Amino acid sequence: MLYIPGNNPAMLQQGGVYGADSLLLDLEDAVALNQKDAARILLRNLMQSIDFYDAEVCVRINHLSTPFGLADLEAIVPLQPHAIRYPKTESAEELMALIQIIERIEDEHNLPHDQMEVHAMIETALGVQNVFSIAGCSPRVGALTIGGQDLTADMNIVYTPDGAGIDFARKRIVMAAKAWKIDVIDTVFPDINDEEGLIKETEYAKKIGFTGKAVINPRQIDVIHEVYTPTDEEIRKAYKIVKEFLVNREAGIGVFAIDGKMIDAPVVARAQYILDLANVTVEI
Amino acid sequence: MKNALGREIPEYIEGIGKLEPFEGAWAKLSKGWMDEPTIPAPNKATLPHQSKLCDSLQEAIEKANPKNGMTITFHHHLRDGDIILVMAMNILHDMGIRDITLAASSLNDCHDPILPFIQDKTITKIWSSGIRGKLGRAISRGAMDLPVIIHSHGGRVRAIHTGRIQPDIAIIAASAADCEGNATGSHGKSAFGSIGYAVIDARYAKHVIVVTDNLVPYPCIPLSITQNFIDTVVVVDSIGDTSKIASGTTRITNSPMDLRIAKLAADAIEYSGYFEQGFSFQVGAGGASLAVAKFIREKMKKQQIKGSFMLGGVTSYCVDMLEEGLFETIFDVQSFDAAVSKSLFNNRRHIEIPAALYANPFNCGCMTNKLDIVVLGALEVDVDFNVNVITGSEGNIRGASGGHSDTASGANLTVVVCPSFRGRIPIIKNSVHTIVTPGESVHVIVTERGICVNPLYKHLEENFRKAGLKVVDIHDLKKEVDGITGISRKLKFTDKIVGLVEYRDGTIIDVIYELEEK
Repeated sequence: MLYIPGNNPAMLQQGGVYGADSLLLDLEDAVALNQKDAARILLRNLMQSIDFYDAEVCVRINHLSTPFGLADLEAIVPLQPHAIRYPKTESAEELMALIQIIERIEDEHNLPHDQMEVHAMIETALGVQNVFSIAGCSPRVGALTIGGQDLTADMNIVYTPDGAGIDFARKRIVMAAKAWKIDVIDTVFPDINDEEGLIKETEYAKKIGFTGKAVINPRQIDVIHEVYTPTDEEIRKAYKIVKEFLVNREAGIGVFAIDGKMIDAPVVARAQYILDLANVTVEI
Repeated sequence: MKNALGREIPEYIEGIGKLEPFEGAWAKLSKGWMDEPTIPAPNKATLPHQSKLCDSLQEAIEKANPKNGMTITFHHHLRDGDIILVMAMNILHDMGIRDITLAASSLNDCHDPILPFIQDKTITKIWSSGIRGKLGRAISRGAMDLPVIIHSHGGRVRAIHTGRIQPDIAIIAASAADCEGNATGSHGKSAFGSIGYAVIDARYAKHVIVVTDNLVPYPCIPLSITQNFIDTVVVVDSIGDTSKIASGTTRITNSPMDLRIAKLAADAIEYSGYFEQGFSFQVGAGGASLAVAKFIREKMKKQQIKGSFMLGGVTSYCVDMLEEGLFETIFDVQSFDAAVSKSLFNNRRHIEIPAALYANPFNCGCMTNKLDIVVLGALEVDVDFNVNVITGSEGNIRGASGGHSDTASGANLTVVVCPSFRGRIPIIKNSVHTIVTPGESVHVIVTERGICVNPLYKHLEENFRKAGLKVVDIHDLKKEVDGITGISRKLKFTDKIVGLVEYRDGTIIDVIYELEEK
C-alpha cells in the first residue's frame, strides 16, 4: 500500500504506475493545515480523471474531531473509492459513528452500503486495547492497519528499527484481524535507503501474520512484493498438496500423506492460500 | 524534396552543398559498397629528434598556420569540464582568424563562452553530434547564417573519411602525453578514460596538436593516440575542471519513476528472446537507461547468464559487471567516471576503441553491428517510434545525437526508455519535432505506463504478453497521456533552416527550423 500525499498532483497522477496493490491517498498527516481544502478538492477532481490501473484506492480522511473530517467524507464518499481509512481509531463506537455518516452520504447519492470498505487505523494505546471490538463492529470494516510512528508517540517511546516497542501492538492487531477474517496492513518502514532493514521488517511482518505493508516510497514496493511472493519451491509444494487433496477428496479420503507427512484441512488451506497469492489454479 | 520519413529536405544549401535525403535505416548500406570515396589522409614528415614541444597553445596554433575558412576539430571526452576548446577559440579569435568551421565531436554547456565568436563570424559553420546550453538556444534562434550539421558518432567518422569534414587543425586534449605526442586519457590528474572519438581527428587533420597537463617520460602508454600523427605537443597547467570531467563512480538513480521504467525495460529485455548466454549489451549513462543495467545485472546473476561484451559509453557500473565476470569484455569509446579510467588502464579486458570501430557505417562491420541489446533515452518519441534526442519541447537544440542512431541501427533489440510525460509536457507525440533515430530501428519504447512494441516487430509483443508483461499500444498510451497533460501548443518557426540532422550514412533525416519566438 503506497502512501501518496493528497496535495501532490505530480505524485498522485503517477500513483497507479508503480505496481502497488493499493494506494493510500492521504488527506491527513501528509497535508499541512493550510492545504487541507486544496488537497480535498484536488483529490476529488483527480480521482474522477486519473486511471490508477489495478491498484485499489483508499483515502485517509481527517479525524471527525477536526474541522476537516466531515468535509472530507462529503467530498470523497460519493466517489466510492475502495475504502475510507479512518485515522486514530480508538473505539467501536466512534467507528460506527463514522459509518453512519458514510451511509447517510451514500443514501443522499443513491449509493449502496456494501461497496466501499472502512479501514481502521490503530495508532494509539487505547485503539490497541479496543482493537477486537473495532474490527468486529461492522461488516464494512475490511482491514486494520497499524500506525507505528503515532503509536510510539502515544506510548511516549522512541521508534527503534527492531520494533520492540510496538511488537505487542502488532501482534494484538494481527490477532484481531485474523479473528474477524479481515486484512491487516503493517506500518511503514521509514528509512527508504535501508533496503536490508525493509526486507527484515517485512519478513517479520509476514511471519506474524500481516497481509501487507504500507510504503512511503515507490522504491519499496518491489522489495515487499518479493518478500510476500511465494517462492517457486513453495508454489510447487502447495500445488502438490492441493492436487493430492482434490484427488483424494474425489476418492472420499479426507486425510492423507505426502512424503510421509500427514496432510489435513489446515495444511490444504495454507497451500491454497499460497496458490491464490501466486495466481495458480490446480486442475485434476 | 521529401525523404523516406516524409520530412521536407532542401536539395541544396549554399555553403553546405547538395543534400541527400534519408531513404531508410539500412537502404544505403545494403549495396555493400559506398559511392563516396575515402579521401587520402595527409602525408607529413618530421626530422629525427626534432622537438615537437611548444611553450604555449598560442605557439602551437601559430605553427599550425591557421587560415580564414579553415576547419578545426576537438573531442568531447572532457565533457563539461573541457577548457581547451574555449582556450583555442579565444586564441584564434585574437589572431583575427575568421570564417572557421568548428567540428567538435560534441558541444556542452562549458562551451558557452564561444557564443560571441559565432555572433562576430569567427565561427561560421558547425559540425557536431550535440549542442547544448546557450549555443543551442542561440543557434535555434538563428544566430548562424548556415545551418549546423548534427551527425552521429559513427557518422562523424564517415564524414571525415569521405571528406565532408576536412580537418585542418585538430586539437586533442590528453590527460597524459609524452614529448612525441603519444597520448591517452586513461591516467593523470585529469583522466577521462577512453579517447576514442579523437583517433579519427589525429589520423586526418593536416596539423595535430596534443595538449596535456601531464607530460610523462617517453613513451606514454597506453598508446591511445600515436606519435606518428602528431605535429606538436603543448603542456598547459590544466586541460579542464576535473570535477566536471569525471568524478567518483556513477550512482544508480533513486528516482522511483526512473527505476520503474528501468524495471519494465529490464523485464522486456529478459523476455525478448535476446537475453541469453553470450549476449552483448550497451546502456546509457543516465537516469532510467543506466538503471536498466542494475536490473539486468540482478537477472544475469539469478539466471547465471554471462554476456559477451559491453559497448560504447562506459560507467563504473559496467566496470563492476565486468569485474564480477558477468561480461567477458568492455569495448570503451567513451568513459563516464573516474573509476572507469582506472579499469581502462589496468584491466586488459577493458579495451579502448576508436569511434570508427565503434560505429562508422562505412566499413566492413563496426561493433554496433554486433550488438544484441541497446538501451537508449529520448527527449521525445512518436507513434511511428521515431526518436528525437536533439531538440527540446520548447524547440531549442539542447541534446546530442551521439551514438543513438548508430546503436539503434545495429542492435537486435533497441529499447528506448523515457517517461510518458515530463512536468506537464507529453513525451509521446504524433510526430516528433526532430527525427534523429528512425522508428524502423526502434523495437520497443518503455515508459512507466508499459511497453510499446513497434508493429514491425510483432514477435516481441507475443513474447511479452506470454510473460505477462504490460504491453500497451502506443496510440492508446498517447491518448491516455494527452488526457492527463493536455496537448502542447504548437511551436512557431520561421522558414529558415538552422540545423541539418544527418543520419549515420550521411543522408538528411530531418531539418531544424529557426524558432519564431525569440
